[in-house]
Formats: sequence, structure tokens, C-alpha cells
Amino acid sequence: MAAPFELTDDSVVVIIGTGAGGGVLANELAQKGVSVVSLEAGGRYLPEDYVNDEWESFGQLAWTDPRTTSGDWRVARDFSGLPAWIVKAVGGTTTHWAGASLRFQEHEWKAATTYGPVQGANLLDWPIDAAEMDPWYEKAEAKLGVTRTGGREGLPGNNNYKVFEAGARALGYTEVHTGRMAINSAEYDGRTFCHQTGFCFQGCKWGAKWSSAYTDIPRGEATGNLEVRERCHAARILHDDSGKVTGVEYFDADGNLQMQAARVVCVAGNSFESPRLLLNSASAMFPDGLANSSGQVGRNYMRHMTGSVYATFDKPVRMWRGTTMAGIISDEARHDPSRGFVGGYELETLALGIPFMAAFLDPGAWGREFTSALDAYENMAGMWIVGEDMPQETNRVTLNHDVKDQHGLPVANVHFSDHPNDIAMRNHAYKQGTAVYEAVGATRTFPTPPYPSTHNLGTNRMSENPRDGVVNRWGRAHDVPNLFVSDGSQFTTGAAENPTLTIVALAIRQADHIAREMSAQNL
Amino acid sequence: MTPTADVRGMTRRQLLSRATAAGASFVVGAGFVAAPDAAWAYETTHIKPEAFATLVQMARDIYPHDRIPDENYVIAVKGYDTPEMAPAIEAGIAALDAAAQGKGFASYLGTGWERDRVDILRGMEESGFFQMIRGGLVTGLYNQKAVWPIFGYEGESYSQGGYLERGFDDISWL
Repeated sequence: MAAPFELTDDSVVVIIGTGAGGGVLANELAQKGVSVVSLEAGGRYLPEDYVNDEWESFGQLAWTDPRTTSGDWRVARDFSGLPAWIVKAVGGTTTHWAGASLRFQEHEWKAATTYGPVQGANLLDWPIDAAEMDPWYEKAEAKLGVTRTGGREGLPGNNNYKVFEAGARALGYTEVHTGRMAINSAEYDGRTFCHQTGFCFQGCKWGAKWSSAYTDIPRGEATGNLEVRERCHAARILHDDSGKVTGVEYFDADGNLQMQAARVVCVAGNSFESPRLLLNSASAMFPDGLANSSGQVGRNYMRHMTGSVYATFDKPVRMWRGTTMAGIISDEARHDPSRGFVGGYELETLALGIPFMAAFLDPGAWGREFTSALDAYENMAGMWIVGEDMPQETNRVTLNHDVKDQHGLPVANVHFSDHPNDIAMRNHAYKQGTAVYEAVGATRTFPTPPYPSTHNLGTNRMSENPRDGVVNRWGRAHDVPNLFVSDGSQFTTGAAENPTLTIVALAIRQADHIAREMSAQNL
Repeated sequence: MTPTADVRGMTRRQLLSRATAAGASFVVGAGFVAAPDAAWAYETTHIKPEAFATLVQMARDIYPHDRIPDENYVIAVKGYDTPEMAPAIEAGIAALDAAAQGKGFASYLGTGWERDRVDILRGMEESGFFQMIRGGLVTGLYNQKAVWPIFGYEGESYSQGGYLERGFDDISWL
């Protein structure tokens, strides 16, 4: 039967979310002949719709439904209703992401074993490893057209990169280049090359950056096996007396409650909405929430150890010109406890326009110390820090029953406090990032606090033992045989790398598994 | 800023003849605030002109950019000039003037140095009024396209084909 599918059709796989996890999974299953209904909370925006204006684009794409925050992270004070800067649209946060596409390092699949006990951290080894993931990474890199992989050229470096690279070389760093990016350096897969326009975070108007919104989603739809229902917000996953899921209740575009029957349900709503949906699906059989016999649903929330370093110089840089994330230093990504922390971090260039720089350089600051920095905006260079943060059971997504969304559902409260390892790593990164810029003559440097999260991980983590996590090595719930988690919430640990490539690789692998198990009548 | 309504019909001389100085940066008259040389004028509708002039000065003192003209600070705060917001604004400005008087000045605008005004603002920076004004300015001031060129920021470039052929890598001093 071809899309669109009946609400009562219980042969379909229902996928919640259309981003790096859900969007790729939907297309991969559709290509294999599996019938898929994707529920997407947001609307559909394509390159011609994207707006190269920071706040206007934020209004168009960002997930701004109510959420609450707690914990000692500064985001809870400065942006209390906006714990994450992620997207509500077809394609999810693949519209907004910068495009950095890095594989985990081998040891990062085995953080507990590699790092040993870390007090207060809930470290665990992934039940999979680098060798197993290698072929899936290769497929993911080919799908995304990642530069510096598969014979694809690197992107040219912009002004922001040139400052960053010169400082890195002066410091003796050697793993410095324009990154492995899902941004075309030459025409690839029917998409044009990067025109160095900037505004990568606002959706790529050229389509040079990979996004599921204009690749996997339309290709899946073209098979006739995928139906994407836009502006449909999943409310609750239903199950039968045997404990198998049977369908998904959702609010449609008109706000009416509907129920789509399902053979399999895959949750890919990012690391706040996915656990929120499982918790909101509590029932007599699953009183603590669906798939939560371990008590780990919503726990171990990771957001990467982040921060930024901006610097001003006595001459112009014009960092906003060209690729937003235009290069990387990987020398600090290694695990080397002699630095005073476990795990490692990457340094990656970043640029914001004046409107966002004013909001994020030092939230809440005012007066001349702040405004004189902005006065030097044209002479500013910038980098972002992204490193492995420690999973902690107390950093978690819970339901806030005092605050309801537009559908009357309890919203997610996001509680986060840095682990001492995160703080030690950030301080090291601030020092190194500052040194990079001082090596090329910075007149002033700005160790900038973390923005609202973009890398949200770990709240339905993968574990070998059902006691330790929510899903198994395939992303299948330990407790529910036909329920899968398909986004970054299944990450056991976060590694130092930007997570999208790994989410995509896991989704391709999961599609292979689900299709095989369906054929074998195991699902 | 183009003068509005009744103010528009006046010559500079007429306008200034109906105004009195409010601090060094503004003159105020019946229902309007203007630059001392009448280069711009804003006709207030709900906030008293003296309070509005103080609000504009407060905005500049929070985010001082010497190359941004007063007009852009007026634009950044004129959204408060509504029947709903005017009472809260006037109360906040009254508190600001009271704090200035507590430090021996006639009013907030009666201070001479920016550091005196900053000192007054530091004393009230936890207040809801200060935080509302500061928070609103982050978008109200910096999201005005007219101020972007002052910072060198070029805004969108897609309509010009991006920077690939227009200087994305033109840095010459490294």
C-alpha cells in the first residue's frame, strides 16, 4: 500500500521526528520497501524559505515551545526558557547544524574502560565499537558528502579560519585543517558547492550543506513508502496487554487528537522530547514511563562541554564571511589525563552576526566593557569549544507538571550542572583557545560561556545490560520489543566530536536491522 | 529620525523655542523630545517627554556606542510608549531620578559624567525595570539593520552570491 497511509494501518513504522536520526531512518526504510509514517512537530521549510537574518530565522525555525530549566548551568539563568537552540521543522536540527562530521575516536566507544572510575560520573562503555561502526560511518560520510573523506576535497579557508590556523601553527598544533564537513566543496549528489555566504545556522540557501529536509525526506517520499505528516505533535505511545507498542497518539495541525496504528515505533525527537514522550506515555503497566524499568529514561543528559573564545585584533578579520564552522584543531581531542581531566575536546571556528553576538557574547553584561568588544566586531575572530562531558544521573530531563505546552502536556524540565571534569576541561580549552589568538596578536580575548545547547545527548542511553540503560545495541528498548530510539538520546557517552555523523550512521544501521527483523517476522 | 505629527510642521527654530534642555543630550517640549540642535525629534504619546528623554539616556548608558546616534536608541525604546507600558516606565524613571537625587544630583539627566549614571544604574541592576530595559535593548538596538554598518557587519550576502568572489579569504595582515 502506498502513502498516504490510513490511521488504522498497523503495518507501518511510525517515526517521531525527521532530523538526522528520524529523517535518515525514514528514507532508509522507505528505500527498502518498508511503509513509514513520520510525525513532524514542525512545518516544512526549504532553501528558498530560509532567511539570512539571525533573529528572523530563529523565529522561523527554532523550537520555542515552553521548557523549563534548573541546575547551576548559566543557561538556566540567562535563557531559562530556552535550554536548547534546536529546530522545529521538517529536517529537524539538520537545517541549523554547522555541518561538522567527525567520527568518534576508537577509545571513546569505551569511555568507562578507558577513563576508569570518575567520581560522580555515570560512565558506561557503548555495547558497540569502532570496528562495528566503521562501515556505517563510511555510508554516512557518502550520504552527507563529507569533505576530506571518500576522496572529497576540503573546503577553502575563510578569514576566520586563517587567523585560527596561523595561531594554531604558532602554538605547534599539527591537526589543523578546514574540517570534515557535510558542506560540498564541489557539486555532489545533485547539490551545489559552498558559496561562502555565511548563515550556515539559518539553513543553507544554496543547499550546499546536507540537511535531511531536502535530501533524505523527499527521496523517501518519492518511493511512495513514506508519508510525512507536518505540524503533528506526538503526545503518547500506546501499547497492548503484552507490552508491545501499538500506535502513537498525536495532535494534528488543527490541534485534534489522532491515533496512528503502528507495527514498530521509533522515537527521534531529540534528547528532550524523546524522553519526555516516553515519560508522558506512562501507563498502569509502565507506571514510571515507557521503557523505563531501569529508571534511566531522561537521565545522563549530556550537552557536550562547550564554550567559545572570541578575540579582537588591531586589523579587520570579518569572521562572518563564509562558512560558519570553517576549520578545526584536533590536537586536544586525545585522552590525556596529564592535562587534569579525562577525555578531550575539539576547537572549531565559529562566527555570529552582530545581533546574536550581542545576545551571546556575555549574556546579561552591559556597559563599556561589553560594548567596546562589539565596537571591535569587524576585527573579531571566534572559535567554539566542543568536548566530552561526563554523564551524570542527576543531569536529567523530567516532566514539569506545573507547566503545560499548547496541547496541555507537561513540558520537559532540563536539569544540568557541570561535572568537575567538565569545568577542568573548559578551563584548559579557554586557556588554549586564548593562546591561539594571542599567538597572532590578539589585543583582547573573551572566554565566552556556553550557548543554549545544540548537542543534546544521552537521555535514553544504549547499554549492554538492561539495568544500565534504556535501549540495546540496535537502539531497541530493553523493555519493549517493537520500540526504538533513533536520535542522539541513545548515546551512551558523548565523545568529543559533533554528534550528527554518528546519529546518521546509527540510523542507517538501525534501518538495516529493523528491515531485516521485519522480514524475519521478528518485529 | 523624521519628526512626527505636530512636531513635523515646526521649523528647527520654532521647535527649539518651545523646548527646554533636559541634560546635555536632549531638549523636551510639550509632547516631544528632540536633539539640542533639533536634528531629530520624537513625539511621545503616552510617556511624559522628560521621562522618555531619561529612558533614552539610560539606554545609551547601558549599551554605550559613541558612533550610534541617539535616533537609534529612541527607536530601540519607543515600543514602551504605549498606554500599557507608560505607567511602569514612568515609575522606573522616577526611581532612577530618586536614586540620582540620593547621590546629590538634581535628576538622572542632571549628572555630568557617564560614570555617575553607571554608578546609579549599578545600584538598580537587579531590579525588574532595569532588566526589562536591558533585555529589550539586546534586540531593540542590535537588531536594527541601520546600526549594522557602524559595526562593519554586512548582513545577508546570498543576494550577492555570497563572499566566494567577494573577499571571504581576503585577509592580508597575517
